[in-house]
Amino acid sequence: MEVIHPRTLDEALAALAEHPDATPLAGGTDLMVEVNFGRLRPERVVTLRRVEALQEWDGRRLGAGVTWRRMEAGPWPALSQLARTVGSPQIRNAGTIGGNLGTASPAGDGLPFLAALDAEVELSSRAGRRTLRWDEFITGVKQIQRRPEELITAALLPDRIPSRQAFGKVGVRSAMVISTVSACVLREEDGSTRVALGAVAPTPMRARRAEAMISAESRPSEAARAEFARLVSEEVRPIDDHRSTAAYRRHAAGVLARRLLERLL
Amino acid sequence: MIVSLTVNGQARTGSVAGPESLLVFLRDELGLPGSKNACEQGECGSCAVILDGELVCSCLVMAADAEGSEITTVEGLGGEDGLHPVQRALLEAGAVQCGFCTPGFVVAAAHLLEQHPHPSIDQIREELSGNLCRCTGYGAIQRALVALAGEDDS
Repeated sequence: MEVIHPRTLDEALAALAEHPDATPLAGGTDLMVEVNFGRLRPERVVTLRRVEALQEWDGRRLGAGVTWRRMEAGPWPALSQLARTVGSPQIRNAGTIGGNLGTASPAGDGLPFLAALDAEVELSSRAGRRTLRWDEFITGVKQIQRRPEELITAALLPDRIPSRQAFGKVGVRSAMVISTVSACVLREEDGSTRVALGAVAPTPMRARRAEAMISAESRPSEAARAEFARLVSEEVRPIDDHRSTAAYRRHAAGVLARRLLERLL
Repeated sequence: MIVSLTVNGQARTGSVAGPESLLVFLRDELGLPGSKNACEQGECGSCAVILDGELVCSCLVMAADAEGSEITTVEGLGGEDGLHPVQRALLEAGAVQCGFCTPGFVVAAAHLLEQHPHPSIDQIREELSGNLCRCTGYGAIQRALVALAGEDDS
């Protein structure tokens, strides 16, 4: 195995240009599980821990190497809330938002926040930079549109971020758990609302019909909130797997989204 | 491939064949078996070490990526001159049964107390939430650390 330890972004991009087959390694919290269980044995690794440029967090530009631990202390409530639910302190000290995007697990806890904001993913290579919206970037279960010579360098958040925000997840216990269902709800002062969900479809998803319905309600009644939950449950596309059943996920998605909405009213 | 790093204040060198973890490297290559190998997926905390000032699971660090790093393992906390205060507190509180999780708890608690000498109970519980004890000695572990923490500084 060959390992390259770049210290600058230019060095990292040069390494990937020369070795497009290389595996980028950030916090290792996903990748090393695959290694430890014998499912992955990379021939060439480009480590990213020493690339300080990736750790920069400048306003709406969240560097790919920003750890959960730093996001916990950040300015946006939903991002802080979700960061605190990721793994343990040990995991949060290592894992990064770029890694969450790179793995693109349906249950990735950072992804509903990015989906709710219509965040973009910045990809860099020696040839330049491009950005893809979250749903152009994540196109299937653990499927991303990163070209081999590209590096995920940042998540780009929009200028306008609603101040009312909430994240929640359902799992078998309250700590150290992979989401069975996760959701992020954002609501503007004028009532326009976004709801993104995780672990209930091949990719993170928005419940667009539920959004349209509840956005028209400036002071949602009990009936409107129930309808919101019903629409969310109808829109999700969950499956049965080792963590839960489709039926439970469908039910829980509606309940969770409604509870988060109610926190913001 | 040769990996050079500092472990418990000493320069150490060893070889890695592939992408194996820092945990495997510490135990099998450097002969430091204090960090325990259990879940290998970052869920149990029994392999906790301090890597460049951060508490991490050594099973989730690629050994090759620890090149040039400073590591503190449980072996670096006690030593022949006596027990670390956390070890003494756990001993006195009867907070060790099978002992398998203990090194991870010792490393995590020592790191917490270094950063916050007087943590609250909530801080203690939060910072140790990545360490599992299956004997279940959580009550005794918490009592030991609360006693050690003394006054809450939160």
